[in-house]
Amino acid sequence: MNECILRMKGISKSFSGVKVLDDVEFNVRSGTVHSLMGENGAGKSTLMKCLFGIYQKDAGEIYLDNKLINFVDPKHALEHGVSMVHQELNQVIQRSISDNIWLGRYPKKGLFIDEKKMKRDTIELFEKIEIEIDPNTPLHKLSVAQRQMVEITKAISYNAKVIVFDEPTSSLTDKEVTMLFKIIQKLKTQGVGIVYISHKMDEIFQISDDVTVLRDGKYIGTDNVANLNIDKVVNMMVGRNLEQRFPEKTNIPGEVHLSVKNISTKYEPRIHDISFDLRRGEILGIAGLVGAGRTELIESIFGVRTKESGEIYLDGSQIINRNPTDSIKNRFAFLTEERRATGIYPIADITFNTTISNINAYKNKIGFLQHRKMIQDTNKQVSAMRIKIPGIKEPIRSLSGGNQQKVIIGRWLLTNPDILLLDEPTRGIDVGAKYEIYQLIINLAQSGKSVIIVSSEMPELIGITNRILVMSNGYVSGIVETGKTTQQEIFQLASKYLNQKREASL
Amino acid sequence: MSFSFTNKITLMKKDDWKELLLKNAILIVIFIIIIGIIIKEPAFLSATVMRNILTQSAVRLILAFGVGGIIIIQGTDLSLGRIVGFSAIISGSLLQRLDYASRFYPDLQPLPLFVPLLISCAACAVVSGISGLVVAKFKIHPFLATLGMMITLYGVMSIYFASGDPGPQPIGGFDNRYTNFVIGTTLGIPNLVIYAVIVSIVVWILWNKTTFGKNLYAIGGNPEAAKVSGVNVFKTTIIVFVIAGVLYGIGGFLEAARIGSANNGTGNGYELDAIAACVVGGISFSGGVGKVSGAIVGVLLFTIISYGMTFIGLDQYYQYIIKGAIIVAAVALDAKRYIKKV
Repeated sequence: MNECILRMKGISKSFSGVKVLDDVEFNVRSGTVHSLMGENGAGKSTLMKCLFGIYQKDAGEIYLDNKLINFVDPKHALEHGVSMVHQELNQVIQRSISDNIWLGRYPKKGLFIDEKKMKRDTIELFEKIEIEIDPNTPLHKLSVAQRQMVEITKAISYNAKVIVFDEPTSSLTDKEVTMLFKIIQKLKTQGVGIVYISHKMDEIFQISDDVTVLRDGKYIGTDNVANLNIDKVVNMMVGRNLEQRFPEKTNIPGEVHLSVKNISTKYEPRIHDISFDLRRGEILGIAGLVGAGRTELIESIFGVRTKESGEIYLDGSQIINRNPTDSIKNRFAFLTEERRATGIYPIADITFNTTISNINAYKNKIGFLQHRKMIQDTNKQVSAMRIKIPGIKEPIRSLSGGNQQKVIIGRWLLTNPDILLLDEPTRGIDVGAKYEIYQLIINLAQSGKSVIIVSSEMPELIGITNRILVMSNGYVSGIVETGKTTQQEIFQLASKYLNQKREASL
Repeated sequence: MSFSFTNKITLMKKDDWKELLLKNAILIVIFIIIIGIIIKEPAFLSATVMRNILTQSAVRLILAFGVGGIIIIQGTDLSLGRIVGFSAIISGSLLQRLDYASRFYPDLQPLPLFVPLLISCAACAVVSGISGLVVAKFKIHPFLATLGMMITLYGVMSIYFASGDPGPQPIGGFDNRYTNFVIGTTLGIPNLVIYAVIVSIVVWILWNKTTFGKNLYAIGGNPEAAKVSGVNVFKTTIIVFVIAGVLYGIGGFLEAARIGSANNGTGNGYELDAIAACVVGGISFSGGVGKVSGAIVGVLLFTIISYGMTFIGLDQYYQYIIKGAIIVAAVALDAKRYIKKV
């Protein structure tokens, strides 16, 4: 049994009263790969952020090599040999490999940089993990996999004791994954403790020694991978019974309303040959892993992304949503995933935020806006959706996440849409507010609107949808009746095309 | 087992000719204009013209290096022209002939040339350093910080300009040593060209061979990555501005003697030429990219075009239209490379 190199004990963290981590344990042995698993929102990344000092933990202790540590920022952690290979690599892509590796601590010879030493040392590090790249190559000429190797090399250059891999394979080809795993094996033999975060079950079982599962911020358990199988892990992740978190589905799907045929997108990240029907009054869920192309699918329906091919039919007649303006005219509404970045106008007031998508409706004959009418509509939405606000003149950023989301839903409802595209509508919203949003969505469907909802929370999809379309690696891997499926089946469908090599589209 | 990346790299970056054409479109357009000028006026290809172009490029190049550094860290500098003017009137006021009638400082004895140069550079370094401090400390965009500096400094330099013994009138009658130092020649080569070459070498070393240079590009390319890797972003930002100030100081010192006089309007608008030259030379406003050779090419091309258009007698107003179009086209083509298609 290898020594524990990293021990995290009793870690707790709350955000505005909501416990996102509750007394979590996590121990990594040196020279092993320890997978950290859990659904989205289970607390994996929060736990890692507590380790790296991005968040300050409320309670608990972290030991590295049996010494109590408390990193203040990722740089501090790096200097102590704890580093992270991010899903989104934080690199200066215009500069060369060796410039990136030695950034912030260039070797010097007198006044000048010792380029020769930099290159020599870089090559030496590359030899340790047996890769060959010219250290002078600028990063923008490398693939994601190669850039990842550079990041790993940088970690090794700091005498890494612990390296955290966060979804490292999400954009790698099979061959590159094999390569990565070889390097991870190599790191193991050098005594490095590896933390591996991934949703891909087959990878977990291929690479891990230990597995720890979190659910809803709670520690569920740790076991050796030899004692586990996929079913056991999934059960640990989702829990056996779902509490009554969802309102009753009272909507009744009717005839086909929207028909999507063979849609593919032109630019990366691409989706391929997507077809499905949406019935009037139906709530269709879209499930899939990170990077499966869920957001891309609804973005291409709404005309945000350029379609390469495919057709959209509304009530049997073809429409072309070339851009969002077209789509709004065709009575589509799109609630975006990143509420803060692409949803709210944070410092504008609630009236502005409610009426902005429908602003043309408030023009009088000579083109001026009718303020009273805008206020009337805002008040109408606020009371209809029971949005809790201090006043309609307040900036929207002073509201809670749930209430902000309701304002944005209200905004879209004013455009009188027929089809609602909702991307992660309950992200970052507390449980009580979630229930109200679910109720709102079901009511809308019941009133004859058709809804597509993208969600990373499996229970949510099962809780409120009529059918679920599962995406895998840019393809549809199945469409299932919500009443007749299980989370396990959806998990399996979501990983269906993972091993299919991404099409060479470079 | 070992794994070679080399094959893949060539595979991934096989630019087709169309992209290559687009990438160099601005250079191609400029060359077409130059060829047009030569066809219209073959005398343009004479040694005298080349010499004039090099001399005219010299000061512009020094200034372009200053603002170029700031552009690399995703900034810009509107105060460049005013700082150049500030240096010009300081240098000029300290280097007038003893027998000149209206001297700024009537009792000032002749100074060694390097003293006014150092004073001007120090003053400009302080002024530009203050902009840098404002940018680094308050996270104010350099556009605004230097806009404020441009206006403030105009006030300051006008007060200085009016404070001389003869009151607010152009500072002229420069010491012969000063004039010769700037517009003379050494072994047949114009001194200005020699200075520009020296400055180019120093800047090249700074940008490529020092920690400062590496940090400059890192901050420009990805400030967040630089920060988490322990780069002192605050310090580096201020140094970028201070170096720019020193270069403007040198530029102003040379410019006063080149023109033969200085006033509080000297240098006004120079920032636009310098920034335009940087952009045409591939120093990108998106940050993290830009070479010394790029600045040189940008400045030379711009000077050739201005000089050439005047040479063939093209109306000045048409020249403005062409120059403006080149700048916008250069920026648009630069931006096109960074816009992600969705």
